[in-house]
Amino acid sequence: MALLLKNAHIVDPAAGLDGVADVLVEGERIARVGENLDAADAEVIDLAGKYLVPGLVDMHVHLREPGYEHKEDIESGTRAAAHGGFTGVCSMPNTDPVTDNGVTIEYVKSVAAAKGHCRVFPSGAMTKGLKGEIISEMGDMVAHGCVAFTDDGRGIQGAGMLRRAMDYGKMFGKVFMSHCQDEDLVGDGQVNEGAVSTRLGLLGWPAAGEELQISRDIAIAELTGAKLHIQHISTAHGVELVREAKAKGLPVTCEATPHHMFLTEDAIDGTYNTSLKVNPPLRTAADAEAVIAGVIDGTVDAIVTDHAPHADWEKAREFELAPFGMIGLETSLGLVYTNLVKTGKISLARMVELMAIGPRRILGVEPVSIAAGSLADITVFDPEATWTVTADGFESQAKNSGFIGASITGRATDVFVGGVATMRDGVVC
Amino acid sequence: MSTSSPKAVIMDEAAVSRAMTRIAHEILERNEGCDNLAIVGIVTRGDLLAKELVEHIKDIEGVDVPLGSLDISFYRDDFQTHFSPEVHATDIPFDVDGKRIVLVDDILYTGRTIRCALDAIMDLGRPSRVELAVLVDRGHRELPICPDFVGKNVPSSHEENVRLYLKDVDGRTAVEITDVAAGAHVGSAPLGGE
Amino acid sequence: MAFNHKHLIDITEYSDTDLMTILETAKAFSQVNERAIKKVPTLKGKTIVNMFNEPSTRTRSSFELAEKRLSADTLNFGGSSTSTVKGESLIDTVMTLNSYKIDMIVVRDKHAGAPYIITQSSPVSVIDAGDGKHGHPTQALLDLYSIWERKHDFCGLKVGIVGDISHSRVCGSLIPALKIMGAEVTIVAPGTLIPAAPEVLGADHVSYCLDDVLPELDVVYMLRIQRERLEGAPFPSLREYHQLFGLTKKREHLMKPDAIICHPGPINRGVEFDSYMADHPERSVILDQVYAGICVRMAALYLLLGGADNGLAS
Repeated sequence: MALLLKNAHIVDPAAGLDGVADVLVEGERIARVGENLDAADAEVIDLAGKYLVPGLVDMHVHLREPGYEHKEDIESGTRAAAHGGFTGVCSMPNTDPVTDNGVTIEYVKSVAAAKGHCRVFPSGAMTKGLKGEIISEMGDMVAHGCVAFTDDGRGIQGAGMLRRAMDYGKMFGKVFMSHCQDEDLVGDGQVNEGAVSTRLGLLGWPAAGEELQISRDIAIAELTGAKLHIQHISTAHGVELVREAKAKGLPVTCEATPHHMFLTEDAIDGTYNTSLKVNPPLRTAADAEAVIAGVIDGTVDAIVTDHAPHADWEKAREFELAPFGMIGLETSLGLVYTNLVKTGKISLARMVELMAIGPRRILGVEPVSIAAGSLADITVFDPEATWTVTADGFESQAKNSGFIGASITGRATDVFVGGVATMRDGVVC
Repeated sequence: MSTSSPKAVIMDEAAVSRAMTRIAHEILERNEGCDNLAIVGIVTRGDLLAKELVEHIKDIEGVDVPLGSLDISFYRDDFQTHFSPEVHATDIPFDVDGKRIVLVDDILYTGRTIRCALDAIMDLGRPSRVELAVLVDRGHRELPICPDFVGKNVPSSHEENVRLYLKDVDGRTAVEITDVAAGAHVGSAPLGGE
Repeated sequence: MAFNHKHLIDITEYSDTDLMTILETAKAFSQVNERAIKKVPTLKGKTIVNMFNEPSTRTRSSFELAEKRLSADTLNFGGSSTSTVKGESLIDTVMTLNSYKIDMIVVRDKHAGAPYIITQSSPVSVIDAGDGKHGHPTQALLDLYSIWERKHDFCGLKVGIVGDISHSRVCGSLIPALKIMGAEVTIVAPGTLIPAAPEVLGADHVSYCLDDVLPELDVVYMLRIQRERLEGAPFPSLREYHQLFGLTKKREHLMKPDAIICHPGPINRGVEFDSYMADHPERSVILDQVYAGICVRMAALYLLLGGADNGLAS
């Protein structure tokens, strides 16, 4: 059945749209975009007062399945994605078994197809078992639908190993996504090295431990010609390194998370809130500002959440024993809208580039735009909705958000994936 | 913290002085002099009265009787409700073993303070005997404790507070009776006024 | 004078008046510890759990003696038999202890922040007896007490702390405590043993050279070099460390005539100092610190468990 989305304010820089119009969806694609559209038999949805944008994609999500279903599974993770306004996510390969072969890619895809509430673009490990020793079966994974390679969570320690993986895998044309962490320098670092690590008696995770590998990976990308994407960039100097690489014309992109932009290490105090334990760690206010500056000037290509769900009992323990990571899918859009768009730091069109266009471009998946012929992956959000983040408001199985208590303006209300509603009026379908 | 103004002044400075002089004489009479005698005052104010007694004894007998002061904070049975973080030093500069000790306190009421003081003294050694001197006995004992030397018996009710003020620390010497304000502390006044 | 604290974890929550109250109270307890009968009935009927989740002999013994001399019932809970070894979480263990109807938990844990977690899972008072590399407030108090007994005033007192600052839970409490009392703190160590931001603890000066700072110091606080933590090799050898940072007889001429020497124990002769300095009859207060430990712990137990509303004297 056709779907007529009326009266929303459409923002899509790819289509050059910024104004109120109607969208007619037929099947999985957009049939027409224009003013005062009419269609007999179409279900009409009035979206007056809301923004309609190309479906958002979060290219850094831990769905945890297979292996860690007690934290999250593909059903609950994609449900959280839909609730947050996302039409697609890129799943990370640190599952159990590790997603380092075609069979596991196929498993993720098939569960997502059966139970998912959004598209799942699986990434595969760069090395077998994420051990940094042997190149994974990249060709087999690509044949089964793998969109990118990453050893997220750890990063490849040996420069020679990274070079071999890139030199081998570049024939598949996929992006290599780097988690930058020099293990010898970082060791058991728990929080950013500096004032907070000193005050709380926690081992420091120095900014240099990230920057060294950003620098190394850019050099190896230049050496091999492979496409490089720096994950969850968190330091001022790291942003500068990517800015310089881009100026040289290297095929380098990077992503940033809401928590590295809108939270700082100062939030970690004597209460040792483990929801604020993330990797890389929350940095200084100056670092957060530099990341935001990168978002504004185009150095940062995508906003991602690094959605990292954990069971309550895994986080409710000693800071040093708690696992790294916080969830983010359900707060990302609102946080970005509140802190970057409403404050005038970026335009809504730039937000769409960062959260919808950029991720698809980097992952090499079919672009979506609000134009006839495009896949009808659509996100609708209410820019006036004000809400407070609470632990019981999540669709995710997990509650380990560092933003609990935050006041947010802007919330997704309706989401369509291939013309099918995955959320209507704030309720996930 | 405030208490209402005194209902009555039971003893003025002269009365307190006369009572202390008499008690000094009675102690000497009962103990047939001051051999092996020691005076121990309970802080706060019992210790000041003890000092006065020692001075009277010196005037009468010409002998310096050993003087000590005892803080009973660590021995209180009402620690939960009458906790005061201010702990005063116990100062007993003599061996209590075999001594005839006269414990001195200002107001004798329930007897619980004296019970604490007896425990505290016993933890310091084994005196040959312990006697009790108080300036005022206001009755209402909750324990089988009886003073050996009393300045003045003052019948009082539970709704009243009887307090000693001393010139050295309070600016005036008097025993006063007041109504207890709701929630106010029953017992010695804080040093230096309220 | 009020003392409104339920827990002793973060010493920066204590004012100079609070700290002086503890020291004055400790002095009163010192009299008890000098007597033939070293016991008062103050905490009769109170149950205190000593939850030591990492090995400790001295601190635990000191707490246990302090508790017993206050007539509290003590339960030692920990060591290799702890439920945490069996996979139980700290929170579940604490909730089990709550069911014993206890009045206080004294906790030693190898993880920073463990005492705070306990305050969130138990209604009782909590004393941090050392948590990871974070803090060790009763150690700081006994250090203050020992310094106070000898120096009588903290204002402008120059204290040098020498050694492994970055792995020291002692420093996490001692440096802030000294600052609260008005002392001036210099830390002395090789760069590998200095934390990333010593100024946030309150350190006024950082030096790599003991000889440079020694002439200024009223108190020289030598930290223990933890031989068991030397795998990361923060310095090339104990020999070189001793040459550069050891307090030896050869260095005594650089010290103020009345400068004193502290150490949290256990000491390493030949590393932090030579025997001459460790045993120095006028300067070394190391054994006084051990004694002070019992007195300040008695004071802390007394003040924290005092009163129905924890010190809100009626």
